[in-house]
Amino acid sequence: MNSSQRSSSGASLSPRSPSSSQPFLSVSVSDPVKLGNGVQAYISYRVITKTNFPEYQGPEKIVIRRYSDFVWLRDRLFEKYKGIFIPPIPEKSAVEKFRFSAEFIEMRRQALDVFVNRIASHHELRQSEDLRTFLQAEEETMERLRSHETGIFKKPSDLMQIFKDVQSKVSDVVLGKEKPVEESDAEYEKLKRYIFELENHLAEAQKHAYRLVKRHRELGQSLSDFGKAVKLLGASEGNALGKAFSELGMKSEILSVKLQKEAQELLMSFEEPLKDYVRAVQSIKATIAERANAFRRQCELAETMKLKEINLDKLMLIRSDKVAEAEREYHELKAESEQATKTFETIVKLMNEEIGRFQEQKTLDMGIAFHEFAKGQARLANGIADAWRSLLPKLEACSSSQ
Amino acid sequence: MMNQDHVLHASQDDEMESLVLHDDNGNGNGNGNDSSGNIQQPSQSPKSPFNSFLDPPSYAEAIFTSFDSNGHDQTLEQSSRSGTGSGSGSESDCMQISVSDPQEEQELTNSLVPGGSSYHTYLITTRTGKSEVGVRRRFREVVTLSERLSEAYRGYVIPVRPEKSSVERKVMQKEEFVEQRRVALEKYLRKLVSHPVIGKSEELRLFLEVQGKLPLMRTTDVASRMLDGAVKLPRQLFGSESVAVDLNDVTQPARSGRDLLRIFKELKQSVTNDWGAAKPLVVEEDREFMDKKDKLMEFEQQLSNVSQQAESLVKFQQDMGETMGELGLAFVKLTKFESEEAEFESQRVRAADMRNVATAAVKASRLYRELNTQTIKHLDKLHEYLGTMLAINNAFSDRSSALLTVQTLSSELASLHSRIEKLEVAASRIFGGDKTRMRKIEELKEAVRVTESAKICADREYERIKENNRSELERIDKERQSDFQNMLRGFVVNQAGYAEKMAAVWEKLAEETSTYSSNNS
Repeated sequence: MNSSQRSSSGASLSPRSPSSSQPFLSVSVSDPVKLGNGVQAYISYRVITKTNFPEYQGPEKIVIRRYSDFVWLRDRLFEKYKGIFIPPIPEKSAVEKFRFSAEFIEMRRQALDVFVNRIASHHELRQSEDLRTFLQAEEETMERLRSHETGIFKKPSDLMQIFKDVQSKVSDVVLGKEKPVEESDAEYEKLKRYIFELENHLAEAQKHAYRLVKRHRELGQSLSDFGKAVKLLGASEGNALGKAFSELGMKSEILSVKLQKEAQELLMSFEEPLKDYVRAVQSIKATIAERANAFRRQCELAETMKLKEINLDKLMLIRSDKVAEAEREYHELKAESEQATKTFETIVKLMNEEIGRFQEQKTLDMGIAFHEFAKGQARLANGIADAWRSLLPKLEACSSSQ
Repeated sequence: MMNQDHVLHASQDDEMESLVLHDDNGNGNGNGNDSSGNIQQPSQSPKSPFNSFLDPPSYAEAIFTSFDSNGHDQTLEQSSRSGTGSGSGSESDCMQISVSDPQEEQELTNSLVPGGSSYHTYLITTRTGKSEVGVRRRFREVVTLSERLSEAYRGYVIPVRPEKSSVERKVMQKEEFVEQRRVALEKYLRKLVSHPVIGKSEELRLFLEVQGKLPLMRTTDVASRMLDGAVKLPRQLFGSESVAVDLNDVTQPARSGRDLLRIFKELKQSVTNDWGAAKPLVVEEDREFMDKKDKLMEFEQQLSNVSQQAESLVKFQQDMGETMGELGLAFVKLTKFESEEAEFESQRVRAADMRNVATAAVKASRLYRELNTQTIKHLDKLHEYLGTMLAINNAFSDRSSALLTVQTLSSELASLHSRIEKLEVAASRIFGGDKTRMRKIEELKEAVRVTESAKICADREYERIKENNRSELERIDKERQSDFQNMLRGFVVNQAGYAEKMAAVWEKLAEETSTYSSNNS
């Protein structure tokens, strides 16, 4: 896979190494700090923006943001840029929040960093005003915007309903039940089916990846317990054999630590990317829903417009004095209808571009994840082999001293 | 005993696994994995186990050179040890036992009720040098053998026989249960045969060689009926008329039924001992023995602990392998999915990547399973020694009951003497003698004589058992040292070898995905 295939946008994908003549926008999310107490506790992140965009204040700006700010940004982009696959953010997770373990915080930080960087490298999204606000505005401004939006916006449950509608409509079409308000684009149907099935497959892979992490932890714990028990046995044995047991026990404990470490690596470098992939697919599903809405609206308006046209002709025929009003309404509706059509067509065009970009991006993301996975497992296996191998000469020494 | 079955389950997922590997074999992969997709028995393990990128000599090689063609570690093979010390010896010393061919037979009863119960017999083949003997035995006869050995060889650490386990019998499938029993019997008989003393016993020889019904009585305690008056020794202690003492009885621990009275006496004595009301007439166990016993108890506890942890370890190792396999399968499905009607080149590339991941995961999963099968074999030694600890405890109780007998007889002697004394004092006060009392004194004196000879026997028996205990502990200690050494070595070599193989699998995947590494941007 050569580098020209890697990005269809002109932006550099390694935002840390920009060239001064090219326009660049580089963002980092770092330094998570826990604030507040008890139920009100939250994590704040430092967001550093380095850019030469003229619309931005200065070459560098640092702001403090929290999770809900990222959610705001995502929701705004979703509203404004219909048709574009908005990068996903990590889930809300009500349970983990209370624990706020170091691993959870780091994973979330990483995911948020990836999120913002994807926006910053998307040729359209990076020009968003909302992004600018997010990256530059003072904390008070963000707070105001954040609380202002939560009332208006769709709740997740509404989105779920939309997903369900789309899902049922897709299956309806698959089953051959024609509903007039649906697109009849065969290619698009194929895409929809692909997306829905892909989510299932990915979710399964992610599930097993998560379990694999757990297995590493469990095996690590088991080795630790085993090592302790073996050490005790060695102590009660005494003599050279006892020493051999003790050595074995110590090695087991060392390996236990390696396993725990690898478990964390696995979680961050393999399982999380898979989860991210699933989220990305879910984001596409949301876009699919938007497209369906836009299509329906376009059709409805076209219908209404036709009726209005017929009505207008009728009025004109009988020379009614309502003609002027009706004519005005008709023209308004026509404009709306054209707008709706334009909206819909934009979505279609954007989606077509996005899907290619998405596939490429995912191949790259997963390729990296696979590579890290392989490296991690190889590292672990070699560590285990080395540890046990180093024990053998000691065992020989113990037995020869018999 | 660790259940090996849960390691060797076959699933229909293997079909999918083989899909992956079939394509992979075309790449000339030298892993030598069997592409039939069936679960591997360790004996069918890689024929050409070495990948070209493993540096020779590696410990993967070490594993496979220490295995014979069956894939079993030579050091683990239970060909009988001929006595202590160096192996081989004369041909006749080397007995090979195998238990096979379980067959169901009908119980012959003369009862009028139709439909008798059935039982299984097993073919027991003994190979000594060039000759071979085979007999059919049922489990009941094994129980008889074990009981007779316990009686005849007190103080020895006699391998514990397989359980009757009626619960398991009800729960398991018949074939499974019979197979489990067959394996257990084989292990048991092999252990018996390799015991330096028991292996040469007449009881064992009869069991292994005599065709037809086993010519051993179920137990010397034939008439275990409450009403049986044939209580020889205890009757002496009861103080009724003298009866010839069967000195053999002294050499046996008290048993239920006819030995009831003896049991009561000995019980009283042991209570006396415990409460320390009367000073024990025989010096309590020697210090060295008590220390050794304590140490052994401590050891047994630790061993049991390790054994438990080992079982857990095996379980978690297996879980790891299973999950890895499931992950591999998920990726196989993804690969298929993305390959079918791929619209973009990037999809095809990703599908190829996923296929590599799937292959690696499936291979690793198999390696885990193989590793586990071997681990179970090695760590099974721990379980085995828990059984030995049980046998040692039995040997110790032989000693305790022998001691108890000695002490009981001592007490009796003491009490007889004091009664004689009292009677003599009372009788001397009467001028002309007291005919009744004189007769009584004569009786008691006769009892004393008998009891004294019994005590001499009991003493001798006790000393004999003590010596058996001692020499057995010494023997077992040596064996245990070498057994555990081998176990440790086997376990470690196994772990190292398989870790190496797994590293190779993952390194290959890392290489295949190296275009994505951060060094390559």
